[in-house]
Amino acid sequence: MTAKEQERYYQQEIETMSPEALFALQSERLLASVTNCYANIPFYKRSMDAMGVKPGDIGSVEDLGKLPFTTKQDLRNAYPFGLFAIDVRDRVQRLHASSGTTGNATVCGYTQQDINNWGDCFARTIAQVGGGSESIIQIAYGYGLFTGGLGAHEGGIRSGATILPMGSGNTRRQVQMMNDFGSDILACTPSYALLIADTAIEMGYDPAKDFKLSAAILGAEPWSQGMREEIEDKLGVMAVDIYGLSEVMGPGVSCECRAQNGLHVAEDHFIIEILDPETLKPVPDGEFGEVVFTTLTKECSPLLRYQTRDISRILPGECSCGRTLRRMDRISGRTDDMLIIRGVNVFPSQFQQAIADFIEVTNHYEIILTKKDQLDMVELRVETVPDFDFDEIRRIESLQQRIAAELKSSLQISVKVSIVEPKSLVRSTGKAKRVIDERQL
Amino acid sequence: MPTQVTVFLENEQGRLAAMCRTLADANVNMSALTVADTASYGVARLLVDKPGDALAALAEAGYRVRLVDVSAVEIPNVPGSLALLLEAFDKAGLNLEYAYCFESGKEGVVVVFRAENIEGIADIVESLGYRLLKSADL
Ligand SMILES: [Zn+2]
Repeated sequence: MTAKEQERYYQQEIETMSPEALFALQSERLLASVTNCYANIPFYKRSMDAMGVKPGDIGSVEDLGKLPFTTKQDLRNAYPFGLFAIDVRDRVQRLHASSGTTGNATVCGYTQQDINNWGDCFARTIAQVGGGSESIIQIAYGYGLFTGGLGAHEGGIRSGATILPMGSGNTRRQVQMMNDFGSDILACTPSYALLIADTAIEMGYDPAKDFKLSAAILGAEPWSQGMREEIEDKLGVMAVDIYGLSEVMGPGVSCECRAQNGLHVAEDHFIIEILDPETLKPVPDGEFGEVVFTTLTKECSPLLRYQTRDISRILPGECSCGRTLRRMDRISGRTDDMLIIRGVNVFPSQFQQAIADFIEVTNHYEIILTKKDQLDMVELRVETVPDFDFDEIRRIESLQQRIAAELKSSLQISVKVSIVEPKSLVRSTGKAKRVIDERQL
Repeated sequence: MPTQVTVFLENEQGRLAAMCRTLADANVNMSALTVADTASYGVARLLVDKPGDALAALAEAGYRVRLVDVSAVEIPNVPGSLALLLEAFDKAGLNLEYAYCFESGKEGVVVVFRAENIEGIADIVESLGYRLLKSADL
């Protein structure tokens, strides 16, 4: 059977909605949400008044640009309940908060309807990996103020699956139950999925063969394609990426399907914008920029144009799974990392993506920026994989030319590609210094 | 076929010396060394007594290093002998990627080269009365 024949939906009418119907639904919900914000949250009344915009000015999604932005700092300033549209002792069912390493935590409230919608978003993901009411889902995200555990839990409830609420930790017990109970789906962070796999192997299992597990829904931290392959190999699963921020909702704002090529955004609940981080104007589909979300259905903690500082892009075109909800690319960096080269906004992750297709080089790289005659010069330094046959110099030259051509076409700037010895590149343990900017700014 | 050790080197003060030191510490003896250099890097090609040890030591020290099969022919140390060989290769449509020579004893010169297609080399070499060398001959 082809993937399409087997495709499973949780809310097919929404997930395969026509763009016109979605536009109408979003427009209607946007007006309702803006009205809620304006009437019940003084912060939004003030900022909309300052811009001279009233809820009635929002006729459709096309008027989104008239609305004010919201930043993480705005959420911190509103600590604890300043951005709630409902009194915390009224219909609010639950509170989540993100830990603030700097300044106040950001707090979000959820009504029962908010929780149900969240569960629906996560339940779509469960269906996207082929799961449903017959599945056993093992939740190994932390439960608590962090949205991972309970977000997956609500998804399990809405999809009717059998929930194994493990939380994170006690990994050997985790493995034991995965084996004994025959869990079908694992939901946790990618690094924890790897730890579970390694622990299982250490305990004498071959998880890929011995366990019933068929899918892993992984999120809450960045992970690479290499890590995905390792998890899929070791656990014998399909691993999909799920995205969400506690400020916006939690996991389920977007998620990959089995095509594993971009994350379908729950556009009936959120409007996604990709904006140029400098000008805050929309960029065309396919181009990278800051991800900005407007919530459409949240009752307690609605957000208008929340600037996530995450960098991604909209992937143009249709997905092979049949869903019409647009796809965002996996998060490829933070706005703080953006470089301006010859007036073009460039993210280090774009270099990474460009070289990812070249099996001749490793994923270690360095970008060196210098100035020559007032012009920005870019050098990309990469190393070859041990297997690469560099004995013939024309092979090295051909590799340099092909990478440079790829960068030219994807970044629109000329890049000098240098092949260096492995010792010359800082290894990416933690936050490697990948950009060396020697321009006199 | 003889085994050549090929090492990728950045153009950097002392890098070649460091490579030689690594080989010396591994008790590897070199009989030939040639460096092809470009603006930003060089490719060192060497013949050594223990290619396996050289590979291990250099890889351990963080170099990009490869073992490569090359061809080696012994020719007489007289004017025109190399020209004869290369003309015969040319006639047979054989393209050399690179070549280098070194004297062996009083009478002979060894030509080391890498070619894309080495089928028929043995016949050409023999027809000229030259000798195709094996690893053990070097
Ligand atoms: Zn899809």
